[in-house]
Amino acid sequence: MTEKKMSNEKKVQAKEEVPVITFKVDGQTVSAPKTLPHPVTGKPEPITIIQACDYVGIRIPRLCYHPKLPVAGNCRMCLIEYGMPVLDQNRKPVLNPDGSPKIRKMPRQAIACVTTVTPGMEVYTKTEGVTRSRKAVLEFLALSHPLDCPICDKAGECMFQEYVHQYGQDTSYCFEPKLEKPKKKAISSKIVLDNERCILCTRCVRFTEDIAKVPALGILNRGAHNTIATYPGTDFEHNYTLNTVDICPVGALTSRDFRFQMRTWFLSETPSICPNCATGCNIFIHSRNAQIYRLTPRENDEVNSSWMCDSGRLNYKWVNDPRRLLNVLWEEAGNRVEIDWEKALQKISATLKASPKGSTAILVSARQSTEEIFLASRLAKLLEAQTDSSARIGEGDAFLLNADMNPNSKAIEIFGLVAATPGESIPKIAQAIEAGSIRNLITIGENPVEMGIEAGVLSRLDLFVVCDILGNKSTLEAQALLPGASFAEKQGTFINAKGRVQRFGKAFNPLGDSRPEYWILSSILSALTDQPWPETPEKIFNLMAAEVPAFKGMTWNELGTSGMNLLSTTNPTEK
Amino acid sequence: MIVRRKKMTLWERLYLPAIIGGFAVSIKHFFRKKITMRYPEEKWTLPAGYRGIPYLVKDQHGRVKCVSCQLCEFICPPKAIKITPPGPVDNPELGVVEKQPLEFELNMTRCIFCGYCEEVCPEEAIFLMDDYSLCKHSREEMILNKEKLLELGGIREDRLMKWKNKHNPLRS
Repeated sequence: MTEKKMSNEKKVQAKEEVPVITFKVDGQTVSAPKTLPHPVTGKPEPITIIQACDYVGIRIPRLCYHPKLPVAGNCRMCLIEYGMPVLDQNRKPVLNPDGSPKIRKMPRQAIACVTTVTPGMEVYTKTEGVTRSRKAVLEFLALSHPLDCPICDKAGECMFQEYVHQYGQDTSYCFEPKLEKPKKKAISSKIVLDNERCILCTRCVRFTEDIAKVPALGILNRGAHNTIATYPGTDFEHNYTLNTVDICPVGALTSRDFRFQMRTWFLSETPSICPNCATGCNIFIHSRNAQIYRLTPRENDEVNSSWMCDSGRLNYKWVNDPRRLLNVLWEEAGNRVEIDWEKALQKISATLKASPKGSTAILVSARQSTEEIFLASRLAKLLEAQTDSSARIGEGDAFLLNADMNPNSKAIEIFGLVAATPGESIPKIAQAIEAGSIRNLITIGENPVEMGIEAGVLSRLDLFVVCDILGNKSTLEAQALLPGASFAEKQGTFINAKGRVQRFGKAFNPLGDSRPEYWILSSILSALTDQPWPETPEKIFNLMAAEVPAFKGMTWNELGTSGMNLLSTTNPTEK
Repeated sequence: MIVRRKKMTLWERLYLPAIIGGFAVSIKHFFRKKITMRYPEEKWTLPAGYRGIPYLVKDQHGRVKCVSCQLCEFICPPKAIKITPPGPVDNPELGVVEKQPLEFELNMTRCIFCGYCEEVCPEEAIFLMDDYSLCKHSREEMILNKEKLLELGGIREDRLMKWKNKHNPLRS
């Protein structure tokens, strides 16, 4: 977590706080809000030195402190010196000869994560004493910490490694052999614990207890034999366990899925949105050479704070699945031949142009981006097509996971592509196909066979276009099979269940010959209307924002990386 | 531009003195120490620190020293190294070592013999050795894999043997 992000987050929290407290850090007068909400209870609490310094952008090193967790104060990394104004008998500040308040330095250092800021306080973070205590703390923590950074999975993003480089010393006074503790211990089906690397900061313990509310971890044994372990008789299995891997400041907790897969410095981070449920958690895609290695949560206090669920985090393997559809296929006389995009789109638009209005049905998945859904709705309007989309209902929970497994159901709702209940018009469409009144079917990310249109019925269509990422029963029946791009290969926006429009970024180019669906739809629309439609998500979004009242006032650039809320989510639908 | 030819002197125009002078140079060399070498039958003794082809080495107990930290892959300026990390597979054959490369590819069509890989390696597992002749029939053969690199690298004495003192990683 960078300094900038941290201070931004504090500013957001402090918006409603009016009272301001003024104090000095390293001789510089700064002011910060007097109170901040407690990360778990939300009750306002006096601001601590570390919070205030984060707020003004002065970084104090910390290992056990995490802005989203209750304070434990056990690592001693944030030791600072401070002084208080001297008061006389009448509790009036004593002044120096030059008129400034007299400050008396406290005899002992204090940890910045629990010491609260008081008016007139002076904090010193760069004195020799502070530098020496940081060195000493790091030396103590490293007494039994193995020096195998080349093997450790955390190397490159390890706070302890960074601090040792920045504040530590290159040699240790300790010549005794290091303690040996259990290594490679599976504490859950998803997490491997290396007890030697653990510095017992208890971030994971506090997360499971206070954020996930499933207490499972604790510290066992005494003294030097302290280890993080699961309580006897409990198991550490819930849907949020992998967040402990993110917040672990060292390489003690490692994700079994990512362990030893790739060194962190090779991975490029792309800000994105998790496509696995309607919550729309902000994430980073960590990828290298068009391959996703892991997803990690990205901080957004409006949506997911700093967390994400394990089911969303681990559901990325399909993007690099070897069974991905990568070629444009066209079926003619029972034979499937590979053709190029231009030809395929030409054929599709020619057929659509020739067929009468109302003879087309369009099925759009709520997994598509808002821009794609917008273009699909415009195509449906143009062709007077019947539309539908399927709901994917899973099991939600009270924390982050939404029962709606579609990331963009809201957009489908806004553009009125489904009737009252999703999938309602499927029997009607099936009947119309059988009766011959619907002769073209376009599906984008949907599986009509699974939705209830039988394969036998589908074979009666004149034109059956399937645009999908992975093969299914419908792609086998398709006359035109267009390979689409996954969320990691295109830009776009998702609207989450609460009506927040959020942008996701492109981590790498679409694999093989696949293309983003917005490009496909825009090309078809351009061919049908004989005028150019915007071809980039940015332009499509801005067009949509200008046309659709629900997006009034939004622009692609203004959405930024943290998104914007729809103005009115109660009745934003058009049509 | 016109280059004017210098007019030759009489001595030069006589021709024979120049011929004799030429022969004299050649004949002098017959009696000098020879500076050429009958390569490839004879080979140079290379100076210490010569930067030849990088190979992977094993320690005196035959353990692969590379732990797949990928620092050489990161530092390599021409991107000649490609390592496939092992992934979370517990292989009892690896003994006490937590990590080893599944595959280590060194593309010798790319290598520039800079020696950064040797310098960066925290495990002393890769060395630029004395091998400099690299003649292959195809580009594919120029890509050396882990097996080949280890075979060519051979064994190098490990002074520390830090893994020997490590017990079973599954200890509890």
